[in-house]
Order: sequence, then C-alpha cells, then structure tokens
Amino acid sequence: MQTPSELKYAASHEWLAPDGTVGITDFAQDQLGDVVYVELPEVGRVVTAGETVAVVESVKTASDIYAPASGTVVAVNEALSGSPELVNSAPYEGGWLFKLDVTEPSGDLMDAEAYAAANG
Amino acid sequence: MTQASETPLKRTPLHAAHLRAGARMVPFGGWEMPVQYAGVRAEHEAVRTRAGIFDVSHMGEFRVSGPDAEAFLQRVTTNDVAKLKPGRAGYNWLPNEAGGLVDDLYVYRVGPQEFLLVVNASNIAKDWAHLQKYAAGFDVTLTDESERWALLAVQGPEAEALLRPHTDADLSTKKKNAFFTGTLLGHPVMFARTGYTGEDGFEVFVEAGNAEALWEGLLALGLTPAGLGARDTLRLEAGFPLYGHEFAEDLHPLASTYTWVVKDKDHVGRAGIQAPPPVRLIGLALERVPVREGYPVLLNGERVGHVTSGTTSPTLGHPIAMALVRADAANADAFEVEVRGKAHPARRVELPFYKR
Repeated sequence: MQTPSELKYAASHEWLAPDGTVGITDFAQDQLGDVVYVELPEVGRVVTAGETVAVVESVKTASDIYAPASGTVVAVNEALSGSPELVNSAPYEGGWLFKLDVTEPSGDLMDAEAYAAANG
Repeated sequence: MTQASETPLKRTPLHAAHLRAGARMVPFGGWEMPVQYAGVRAEHEAVRTRAGIFDVSHMGEFRVSGPDAEAFLQRVTTNDVAKLKPGRAGYNWLPNEAGGLVDDLYVYRVGPQEFLLVVNASNIAKDWAHLQKYAAGFDVTLTDESERWALLAVQGPEAEALLRPHTDADLSTKKKNAFFTGTLLGHPVMFARTGYTGEDGFEVFVEAGNAEALWEGLLALGLTPAGLGARDTLRLEAGFPLYGHEFAEDLHPLASTYTWVVKDKDHVGRAGIQAPPPVRLIGLALERVPVREGYPVLLNGERVGHVTSGTTSPTLGHPIAMALVRADAANADAFEVEVRGKAHPARRVELPFYKR
C-alpha cells in the first residue's frame, strides 16, 4: 500500500495535498474494487470538513467521500467521468477527485506514517 | 450483499485456499466468503469468455428419501418434481402458505425415492424447520448433508473442454440440468450441468475432506477463481432473481418472470399464490449512474416501486437493475430512478440483460 509522505490523511481514507487537492487512498481504492462511477461536487461549492462532497461507486458498492478540510471547491477531475478507473490505477495522481481552496485545515488528519500504521 | 452478524461466521472447507489465492473475505449469509480475488471485473470477464470457479459450499444440501419422497416434494414445492427422472435436476420454489417464498432451490433426483435439495446458505435453518413441519404424515427421511458436501461451480464457455480430460464421466453427452456421478481429478464427485451465471458449466459436489485438493487441482488447470462479487454481477446480467432481493417471505413470487415454476398441483402455497401479483419485476438500463437496492423508481414523477438489485454491467458497460414496480406501471418504457435526491432516466428492458 502506497502512502506518499507529502500528503495528509483522514481516517475515512481521503488524502489532502498541500495545494488542496483531494483523493482517496490506495488502501481505499483497493478495498472498494473496480470503480465504475464518480459523482463530484459543483465547482464553487463551499464545504465544511467532514461533510459528504462526492460519491465513489465500485461494482460492489457506493461509498461517500468526506471533505478532509473546510473550503471552496475550485476544480474537479473531469477525466473521471470518462475514466473512473483512474481512481484504481492512479489514486494519488490521475485519479484525484477535486481541489479545495482550504480556509480551515482539519485538525484530525494523520501523516503518512500514522495512516499506514492505522491501516496496516 | 454483506450483513452484520453477532454469531461467529462459518467457514467453508476452502477457507485457507481462498486466503492463499488472495481473496478478500466478507460476511455473507452467516458465512465468511470470498467476495473477490483479482477483481470483480476480471473475474466476471473470465467466466463470460473462458471459465471460472466459485466456492459455493455455503449452500445447504438436504437429502429427501423414502417411499413418499416424491409426494412430499410435490406438496412443499411449486414445480413438478414427478417429471424429473433420476439423473435430472430442476429449479424450484418452497412457498409459504401466504403466497411468498420460504426459499428458491434446486431439486436433483438421485433415484425413484431419493432427491437432493440445494438451498440458499442464509435459509438453511429456516428451510430445515419448514420441511420438518410439513413432513409429518409422509413416509420420508430428511437428512441435512450441508456439512458433508463442498460445492464448486465451474462456469464459462470453456468449462466442459477444461474438465473433460480429467473425468471419467462423458461430459459431452450431458445436457443442461443433467445430474450424474463420476471422478474428477481422481476424486469421487457428483456433477450437475447447472449454474447461476448465464454460462454453460457444472456444479460439482465433493466430500468436504477432498474439497481443498480438488480446488487446487482445478486452479492448476487454468480456471480463474471468482468470488461473490462476480457471482452477483453475472447472475444479475442473466436476470436470475436472488433470494432476499427479488424473492422474500412477503413477496409474491409471480412478480418475477419465472411464472413457469408454479404448476397446477396441490402445493403449500397454492391458495396464497393464486391472486395476481400487485407488483412486477422489471429490468432497467441506465446511462451512467449505478443504482442500488432500495432506490426509488419513478414514473412521471410518481414513486411506483424500488430497485431490488443493481450494478454496472461489466459485459454491457452501463448500469443495470432489477426493480419491483406496481403492476399497473410495469409496461411503461421510460422510468426514472432516484439517486441521492436526483432523478435519472432508466429505460425498461426485457430480462435477461444478457443471454449467451
């Protein structure tokens, strides 16, 4: 399982990059299995940390994605509408979900080491 | 597909073999079962195009024998078991008196006075009690052989060719629903040319103690191990109902397209099943958004039913679903399914979604 050290991690398996980009972890995509559909938030939406902002659907199940920080959605990954499987193949790169202009970082995020230990 | 359970989960004789094959195990009907190995899509495709193998040892097996075995089964099931010759198997239902289903099952005729029933794992205890209750007055012996047998389903267009060199049974002469004994990789087994995937294939009953050796031997032949995830997408494409979703104690079974399973005979559910069903089971196809069990189905903005099973079809590449809708709405073509508060167009399509 990959857990890049520059990212922060939520217990609910989202990652947050220093520039506000959000995705789900390698562990999460592996647990979900083949991703077939991603529902993303509207650009401009103001979100609060912990709020449901997206849904990732695998063949098996629908999984809510929670905002790992408070802020405004400034971009969404349009590539996922045609290629949702990017969430599986590149969860930290091409499979990113949306980008936040973070107004208030969540205090509950873990560093890579703590997240990896919690999901070992 | 999963459910929480207070009691410890049961394991099939292949538990260790699943872990070795990289399975992800989940709770299912009181059992700890493999939901996937390499991935649902890859396993699904292997079964549609080549051949896969499923562990379905969680299913229950009951033996029914004695002079009244046929008469007893004629009473407790809806389909005509008298028409089954020894060596043949048939799909059947166990109705309750109110007109719902206790279970759906497969009936295998071993001999003139002997049958084997294969029932859903989550219903084993309930079915057993139900059969015991109705056995009074019949000269019949019921034996729960669920612990005795492991059950492997070898499914896919290459199933026969892969197994043929390794069995003394002449598979090429065995038609759909044939039931016969033989050896497979040296192990004594019972074969049935049956399945739950919409593909050709065999279900293989093997004594629990031989199951692991047989499983490993079959994997070595090139069969792809497939889990419950693929089993669900395959059966849904094939339009097969699943107990707990399309069938239940309080659901009229004739809502489904399987009306041929009820014959004109004096069975337990005869009075209950008589009335026309108030709901019908339909197939829906959507553009992009997957729909799941319980999502509301709308017609002209009005709620007329709900989704009973849904997934994104790996074969067709778009979401499919089965839904129970009001009978008076069932012939419409353009429905909507409500997903997280938003209505998405859903076109009615004939079941099954996929036929080989």
